[in-house]
Formats: sequence, structure tokens, C-alpha cells
Amino acid sequence: MTAPLVPETISADYSLLIAVISGCGMGFFLERAGFGSAKKLVSQFYLHDMGVFKVMFTAIVTAMTGVFILSSTGFMPIENLAMVGTFLPSQIVGGLILGIGFVIGGYCPGTSAVASATGKIDGIVYMAGLVAGMLAFAAIYPTVEPFLNAGSMGQVTLYGYFGLPSWLVVVAVIVMAVGGFVGATALEKKFAHLKPEE
Amino acid sequence: MKRSENYMNPYLAGFGLGLVLLASYILMGRGLGASGAVASFTSWGVSEIAPSQVIGNGFFEKYLDPERAPHPLKDWLVFEVIGVMIGGFISGAIAKRVSFSIDRGAKISDGARLFFAFIGGSIMAVGAQFARGCTSGQALSGGSLLNLGSWVAMICIFGGGYLLAWFVRRLWQ
Repeated sequence: MTAPLVPETISADYSLLIAVISGCGMGFFLERAGFGSAKKLVSQFYLHDMGVFKVMFTAIVTAMTGVFILSSTGFMPIENLAMVGTFLPSQIVGGLILGIGFVIGGYCPGTSAVASATGKIDGIVYMAGLVAGMLAFAAIYPTVEPFLNAGSMGQVTLYGYFGLPSWLVVVAVIVMAVGGFVGATALEKKFAHLKPEE
Repeated sequence: MKRSENYMNPYLAGFGLGLVLLASYILMGRGLGASGAVASFTSWGVSEIAPSQVIGNGFFEKYLDPERAPHPLKDWLVFEVIGVMIGGFISGAIAKRVSFSIDRGAKISDGARLFFAFIGGSIMAVGAQFARGCTSGQALSGGSLLNLGSWVAMICIFGGGYLLAWFVRRLWQ
């Protein structure tokens, strides 16, 4: 038996059920962490609450460690997992646009779904904005299509790109994350005075 | 009504989220996402309301492709985001954090907050299309596979946020 379990071990008929259950878990932990609140989320950018960094990097380290251990045992070869190709020009521009939209809108797409589900009107309006943005993107799509596909590198990993063993990069990310957590907690103390008064 | 801010320890919440992501890889061979669901939903809406608009547009055609999903709304990410809302509601209900409200800084009006929420959402939809995924699909899911493009996008997301934060600080003070 190898992973992914769908479709060989588990019928593909269950795909959408698994989608709902996976989403439930994601939404549950995002809300638990306080990520249904825009004020809590954007605190990340004012350094007095680094919760976004802490949650995100703990999740990355957890999933990454699991993926690479399961891959090394042969149960889940990493080649079997869906990986988006690398297109550096559009991904640099897109990342910057995402960051700008995040600090203006207060949510990212996933957390806006959590906010909407817990009654945040700004979350619902944000989601309407997402739809408007998709329409705007569709309108400019023919113009930007060459840029979107520029600099295609195929599927590239950090360890492949730098020619390092994967385990070394996994360990480096873990060390970096732990160092980041210590640094993030220090920043929260240093910038605690920026926390808005209730 | 003041919402409870008794949030879970961020490392514990992150560990839970990481296990959910790992389970998604083991079960489906794919990570979590969010913006793609909105793209599918929007494409479906346009195909219903103004079908002539989708013809020849590579964006709509990508999300309406029957190879992708038998029906644009029977898409994996659409169902996953429905799950995100269910899971978020369950957690919020347990913590008594479900109520109609507007989350904003003290110095701006409700109307201004909603205006900027709409603008921010529009900007992020465009950004997610350029980056080929958002904070969930790229930073979180791609990041945990050590995907080069995902890490570059993630660094740029944080970079873009920090670059603009000082200029829009009035929104959140």
C-alpha cells in the first residue's frame, strides 16, 4: 500500500467527502488560533503578535517532517504529491500583491472563509472582493498570460535547486523555524506597546 | 457583544493544522488551498450569467475544464472551502465567538473598514492568480513540500505586507 490512498486504496468517490473533512480540520484550527479576526491576523505586520508566523511555521514543520519521513520509508514517495511548478517572475509579483492585499483587507482567502462563517461582515465583504478580483484578473488574463508563463522552471524543490540532500534542508528549516519562534517572541515583547487598546 | 479572545496556543494550533495538511497529502496526494475555490465559483457564475464571456478566455476555460471537475462546483477545493467554513463555525461556536460584527481598528468607520476589506480581497485574488496560489496553497502546502516557487512566494507575501504596513497603520490602530 502506498500513499496517496485515493484512488487505489480508497475509492475516488470519497474525494469530495475527504475535501469537506480536510477543510473542516483546517477551518477548525485556523479559528482556534484566532485567525477569524482580521485585527489578530494583521498584528503580524505590526510585530506585537506574531501568531501568523508561529502557526504557519509550526504547521509547515509538522507537515514537512511527516512528508519527508513517509517519503523516505517508501510509503509516500514525494513524487506522488501534487506540486505547483515554479515561475519566479509571476510568483515574486504575485507574492508581493498578496502581502499588500493582506494588510489592506485584513484576511487571506482561507481565513476570510473562517471569518465569514463566524459572522464577520468584513469577512463576507472580503470574499465578495475576492470574486471581484477574479473577474478583474479574467479581464486582464489575455494581456498578462505571457508574463504568467515566463521563466518556467518546472517542479523545483529547494534541495534540488541548491543541490543539497533533502534531509539537510528539512533540518535547516526546522532549526530556522525554532530560531524564528524565539526571535518572534522577542519581537512581540519589544513591540507590545503597539498593541491597540481595547 | 465582546468576543472571547481565549485563543489556542499558536504552536498547538499550528501542529493541528500541520497534521490536517499531512493527512490531506496521505489521503489525496494534494495540499490545502482556498483561492482556487473562489476562481472556480467565479468562473461558474460567469458561465451561468454571461456564457458568451467565458468563450476564448483562458482563465475561465481553465476553471470550467471538464477534465478539472465534472461540474465547476464539484471541485475538490470548492468542497474543501465549504469544510473550512463548517470547521471555522464549529470552533467559533464552541468558543462563543460567533456573532455578526465588523472587525476593525478603532480609528476608522465601519464603512471604511468594509471598503478596504473589499479592496484587499480583490487585490489578493489577483495576487493569488499571479502567485499560482495563496497563503494556504502556496505558503503552507507548497512550503511544506520545500517547493522553490512556494518559498519565494511566501517570502514575498511577508515582504509585501511589511512594506505596506506602516502606510496603512491607521486602518488597524
